[in-house]
Formats: sequence, structure tokens, C-alpha cells
Amino acid sequence: MRLALTDDQAILAKTAAAFAAERSPLSRLRALRDPRDSLGYSKDLWSQMAGLGWAAIPFAEEHGGAGLGLAEVVLVTEALGRCLAPEPFLSSVMLAGRALARAGTDAQRAAHLAPIIAGDAVLALALDERGARHDRRITTRAETTAAGGLKLTGVKANVLDGFGADAFVVAVRTSGEPGDAQGITLARVGSRAPGVRVVRQHRVDGRNAALVELTGVEVPASEVVGPVGQGGEVLDEVLDAATVALSGEMVGGMVEALERTLAYLRERVQFGVAIGTFQALKHRAARVFVEIELARSAVMAAARAIDEGSEHRRALVSAAKARASDAYVHAANEAVQMHGGIGMTDEHDIGLFMKRARVAEMTFGDAAYHRDRFATACAF
Amino acid sequence: MTELDEFRSQVRRVLENEVPAALRGRATDPKAHVWGGRRMAFALPESRAWLEVAAARGWTAPTWPREYGGGGLSGEEAKVLLSEIGRLALPPPLVGFGLTMIGPTLLQFGSERLRREHLPKITSGQIRWCQGYSEPNAGSDLAAVQTSAVRDGDHFVVNGQKIWTSYGDLSDWMFMIVRTDPGAKKKQAGITFLLVDFATPGIEVRPIRLISGASPFCETFFSDARVPVENVVGELNAGWTVAKALLGHERAMIANVMGSGGRRDTASRWDPAEERLAALAKQYVGQAGGRVADPVLRDRIAQLSMDTLCFQLTVQRAADGAAAGHRPGAETSMFKLYGTELNQRRQELMLAIRGPQSLGWESAQGEPGDGFSADELQQTRDWLRSRGNTIEGGTSEVQLNVLAKQVLGLPD
Ligand SMILES: Cc1cc2nc3c(=O)[nH]c(=O)nc-3n(C[C@H](O)[C@H](O)[C@H](O)COP(=O)(O)OP(=O)(O)OC[C@H]3O[C@@H](n4cnc5c(N)ncnc54)[C@H](O)[C@@H]3O)c2cc1C
Repeated sequence: MRLALTDDQAILAKTAAAFAAERSPLSRLRALRDPRDSLGYSKDLWSQMAGLGWAAIPFAEEHGGAGLGLAEVVLVTEALGRCLAPEPFLSSVMLAGRALARAGTDAQRAAHLAPIIAGDAVLALALDERGARHDRRITTRAETTAAGGLKLTGVKANVLDGFGADAFVVAVRTSGEPGDAQGITLARVGSRAPGVRVVRQHRVDGRNAALVELTGVEVPASEVVGPVGQGGEVLDEVLDAATVALSGEMVGGMVEALERTLAYLRERVQFGVAIGTFQALKHRAARVFVEIELARSAVMAAARAIDEGSEHRRALVSAAKARASDAYVHAANEAVQMHGGIGMTDEHDIGLFMKRARVAEMTFGDAAYHRDRFATACAF
Repeated sequence: MTELDEFRSQVRRVLENEVPAALRGRATDPKAHVWGGRRMAFALPESRAWLEVAAARGWTAPTWPREYGGGGLSGEEAKVLLSEIGRLALPPPLVGFGLTMIGPTLLQFGSERLRREHLPKITSGQIRWCQGYSEPNAGSDLAAVQTSAVRDGDHFVVNGQKIWTSYGDLSDWMFMIVRTDPGAKKKQAGITFLLVDFATPGIEVRPIRLISGASPFCETFFSDARVPVENVVGELNAGWTVAKALLGHERAMIANVMGSGGRRDTASRWDPAEERLAALAKQYVGQAGGRVADPVLRDRIAQLSMDTLCFQLTVQRAADGAAAGHRPGAETSMFKLYGTELNQRRQELMLAIRGPQSLGWESAQGEPGDGFSADELQQTRDWLRSRGNTIEGGTSEVQLNVLAKQVLGLPD
């Protein structure tokens, strides 16, 4: 396994970075946040990104995708992470889209994947529940209907890009007890189906998240995704890949936070000299740099481990997410500290990285969660 | 079969048939490491045969040119050789500062005469080298060295004191930096890089006892020691450039050893079953349902193991990037910094795992009957020794200075 970019990958990284930098300045985020735009992202920009082929990357060619892998996905998410772009790549492509691609029937794929890849439809994965942290307890119940379909009741929380989504892939419990690995089933639910209520959640990073309340929502058998009771395995695989994609985004964010901080260290003058001459700050910046380098290596290795089907991919995914979580939080906290008072203002951009770092840290499991998962995968 | 495959099967034949099988599996056993020198010692008698087999083929320094006793191998061939040595977990045939520090430096800066004289004696293990950089008043601020070398005909007369000379008492030659122009405007400008035979009259070496009880480093005193002028490496008064290049080799070597980052292709070969800490913790602290019983300890093991993995992946990424033509940066500073800290954290965690069993100092009359195993006693010493890792070869603070300046571009 080589931890270097191929020529094609280097071109993709370059074009993604250039596009993101040009079309997605940080000022855009305030324009989305301050009027309390409920969507929190730009539909127009998302279809432009899809137009560049980004949403096609992780889908097989026979499903209308580009047939590329995680090694390419993380190049795009890194570019998105650098400019904190809030477009629904993780939710629609890596979560709901890949769950459908992996477990769906031919008819489901034919009907639902093309609009996702084109950026015309946004789908979200309704997985987490309130109070369950990162454990997949899944208490949302599903009864079997007379017609062989399911009837769903429960509340999903922190559904990424759930507000305004066209449809959801919902994880429900069809058997067993909350916390069991078995007995989870996936079902596709239209956002306008009777019994569905979506409430926008406003979180610290300003991005789109939602509570999704399901009250006796009826799902026909044709919209059940994958075998009943075996959704857990699909989720394992889909979440591992999404976790690596998110970790790539986090690397982009930490690199940008450090670069902005370095620029400030060179420019801000106190005691008659640039503050970057102070050794206390130099050493802190150098430590952040080292943490970032380690996180980047872990993300590259995890992406390739999934692409190559390595037996250790689970451990590598957790190493990547744990390192990315710790490093991003550290880089963002240090960035604010080294900016002094201006770093605490809403007006200055550096704080946006700290807010995003925290949300990303807790998405798909924080560092402690992934250390435990790593330890289990390693039989410690 | 490609030429490389052909080479691999040749190597394999030699390693399997001509190298004593008793050495297999002892890659990291210090007893199996041969340092060479006029007073060469073999803790394991089998090591002599391995050294002879390797030296005859130039395998002690695989990529050095053949005329200097090297193997003349290409980078690809050297990789094959290392991977075959690794496959049998053989120790390196020869270790020491000749191979890792002064050899590469002579290849870069040495005159033809110096290379022909010294390199073959390094690759055959005849001469053992030590490093004469630090002085009582020149540590991190290395360019402040005061040991003087004054020209007298075709000799320099050397006076002064070096300190922290690792293995000075076991070495035959020293590479050192001396002040040849005390009036130079910049202190870096008046320094010369010199090779000195310890058989020269006027040199005295005194061991210093380390915190860990061993005495691997020394003070070295020079009083009117006469060193031939042709022993200068590079130009007169331009020794600082040579000295810094050597420090790069030294950092890379220390980082490799500490983080075991020298392993090839970590991304494919990593195996969590090799993590000793977990097995040790299960033994000392107990297990519950197959897991380390203490969840806090288990978390610390996971953290360290993960950081070690990520460090090794980063070393691999630098190597893969270099192979793809990317210019290597000041990575060695990062590797020195992080690799040594990792080793210290590992030692600290070992203490936590073994608890009071890691506090033994020595066994009564060499008998492990006082409740400490040989392993545990070694642990105490390893922990103490590891505290030096972030001091030797340029302290961690100095590495952070280098990173801030050369990689991050922060102002002086
Ligand atoms: C085990 C061991 C083996 C060694 N082997 C050899 C050898 O074979 N040959 C040889 O020549 N030397 C050897 N050394 C010496 C080693 O290179 C020096 O100890 C090292 O460079 C530090 O110098 P010093 O001891 O004078 O400490 P000092 O330079 O006095 O440092 C004391 C403290 O001040 C800090 N400090 C100093 N300058 C700065 C700065 N600019 N910014 C921030 N902090 C700073 C240091 O980081 C350290 O924490 C060895 C040392 C050890 C521990």
C-alpha cells in the first residue's frame, strides 16, 4: 500500500482545492447562518459540485458512478473542510446514497441513485437517537403491516442535512432489544410521507441537522432497503467509509486553521516584534503541525485499507478518526488562543473552525469511542 | 524471472545457508548487535560468521559503492536485502556510528583519500567511531565549541574537552568539531570537522556513570594531541556545514530506532498482534473477557499503540513521497521529536503496567531470586535510559525550533 498520490489523484486534489477556495469563501457561511437560512447550505453550489463529478466518486460505474474509492473521496472532503463548505456530501452521498447502493434492490438503485449523483435530490440517514451518544441503540420501532411493509414510530436526532431532505434512509429496530447488533432494518421514507415531522436543529457549527419524528409512518415492502434485520452490517460498512470521509474533511479544517494562525503569527506585532518570534508560540505551532501530519497519514492509510479490503481496516478507520478528532480540536483551540482577543469574536473567522472541529469530533464517535473500538479490533 | 527476483533468491540462499540459524528471531536483541572496533566483542559467537558473510558482500552498507566496501546495491535491491533480513528477523550484521553517521558524511564531504582510508574499515567492522560534538559549554548551542586546533606544520594541535561522548571508551576514532578560527565574525564560521585516532598521544577518555547505572558515555580530554592536517573533512573553517549534515543522519537514525519507524510498508504489514503492551497488561493487571481488565490502562495502551501506528505511517508516507519525487523537508526533526517522545511514553506505560515490579535495581549476586525477573530489571534500566532520548542528538526544544523556522517559516 503506497501512501502517496497518483498523478490523477494529485489533479483531483488540486482542482477540488481551487474550486472550493474560489466558490466557497468563509464569508458565505455567515450569509447562510445569519438570516437563519434553514437549509444551511447552497443547493445551487451543491449541484455545481455534483456537476464536477464529486457526488459520483464512490459509486460503482454500473450504478452510474465513477467507480473510484475512498482515496479519492478524502481529497474532495479535505478541500471542503478547508473552506468549511456545508454542502451535503457526507449525508447524501456517503451515508444515504451509499446505503442504497450497497443494500438496495436494482429497482431502488435505478430510482434513487441518479438524482443523488446529479445533486438533484438530497437524502439523509436517520440513525442517531437522543441520549444514545454514539452507540447504535436504535429504539425506533417497526411493526410489520398486513401488506408486508413496516410501520415506524420513534424519534431520530442529529440527522445530518435532514432539514429539507427529499427522503431519509431510516434505521429501525425490527427485532431484539435496544443495543443489539442484530435486528436493525433500513427503510427509505419520503420526507412528505404521512406521520413524518422534521424539526431543524441549530447546532454550534450552524450546519443543517434535524430531529425526525416518525409517528406510525407506513413503508411499503418495496422501500425496505436490504434484508430485514441485517441493516447493522450495512451500517457498519457505510459508517466506516463515511467516518474516513469526515476525517478527511477534518484534516482540511485543521490545515487551514494552522495556516491562518501562522499568517497571524507573522503579522501581529506586540512588544515591537511579530508574535511569531516568541518561542512559546513557535513550539505550540510546531506541535500542532506534527499532530496534523500524523492525522493525515492515518486518514490516507484508512482510505486505502477500505479500498483494498484490508483485514485491519476497522482498526485503521478508528485510528484515523481518533487522531483526526484529537488533532482538529487541538489545532482549533490553539488557533483561537494564538489569535488572542480577536479570536474570541464572532466577526473573526478562526472561531468557525473551533465550532466545526467540535461537531466533527462528536460525529460518528469521538476519540475515546474510537480508541475503545480500536482496542477491541486489536484484541487488547 | 526479473533481475530483482533473481537477486532476491540469491540473497535468500545466502541468508538461509550461510548465516547461523541461531541468529534468527533476534533482530532487536541487543546481545546480537555487533559494534565492531579494534576491541571487537561478540556476545553471541554466531555473530562473527554473520558479520563475515555480510562484509564479504558489502551488505553491512548495502548502498555504498563497492570500492569502499559497500554493496553497490540500488535502492530497490537494498530494499529486497532488508526485507529478506527482516523475513528471518536477523539482527543487522553490524551497527554503530561509522555506518549511520560518519560514513554517509564522508561519502558526501570526504576527500577520496579519506574515503578510501576509512570507509572499508567501517564496513568490515575493524574501526569503531564516536562523536565529539558536545562540550561542557556547548550543548544545544553547539556552534559555541571551544576545543581548539592550532596549525603547527602539517598537524593541528588539539586542546580542550568533549563531553557526553557515547561509547568513547570503546571507540578507536572520533569525528569531532574544533575551533580553528577564534576570531571569525560568526561563531559558525571558525569551526572545522576533524577525524582523530584515539591512539594519538594526549587523549584521555573517562567514563561517566549514567542515571541508568550503565556507563556508555564519557568525557574526552585533549592536551596537545597532534592530528594530521589531511584529517580535515570538507574545507578548513567550513566544518559547520559538515556537522549539520551529520546531525541530519543522526536524527534519522535515532527516530528510526525509537519509533521502529524503519519498517517498510507499515500500511500493509502492520499487525496489532505485535503490540507487546496489551499482552503484558493482561499478564500483570489481569484480563476480563479477553480484555485488559483495567479500562483506563486499556485506553492508554490503545492511545499509544495508535500513535505509534500513525507515526510509522508518517515515516512511510515520507518515504513513499520521496520515492515519488517529492523533496524531503525537515521531516527528520519531526521524526526525532515524535519518535523519542513515543519511546518515552512507551517506557512510562510499561512502568504503569508492571507497577512495583518495574522498580527493581539489581538482583542479589546476579541471582534473580529477590523477586525481580531479568526482564523486569531490564525494564527499570530501559525506562531510565529513555529519558535521554529527548536530550541526545538535539533536544526536543531544539527540534521544535527547527520545525518552526524551517517548516512553518516563523520569524527568528
Ligand atoms: C544519552 C546521551 C548520549 C549522548 N551522546 C553524545 C555523543 O556521543 N556525542 C556528543 O557530542 N554528544 C552526545 N550527547 C550530548 C547531547 O547532544 C547534548 O546533551 C544535547 O545536545 C543538549 O546539550 P546540553 O546537555 O548541553 O543541554 P543544554 O543545551 O544546556 O540544554 C538544557 C535545556 O535547555 C533547553 N534549551 C537549550 N537551548 C534552547 C533553545 N534555544 N530554545 C529552547 N530550549 C533550549 C534544552 O532543550 C534543555 O531542555 C549525548 C547526550 C545524551 C543524553
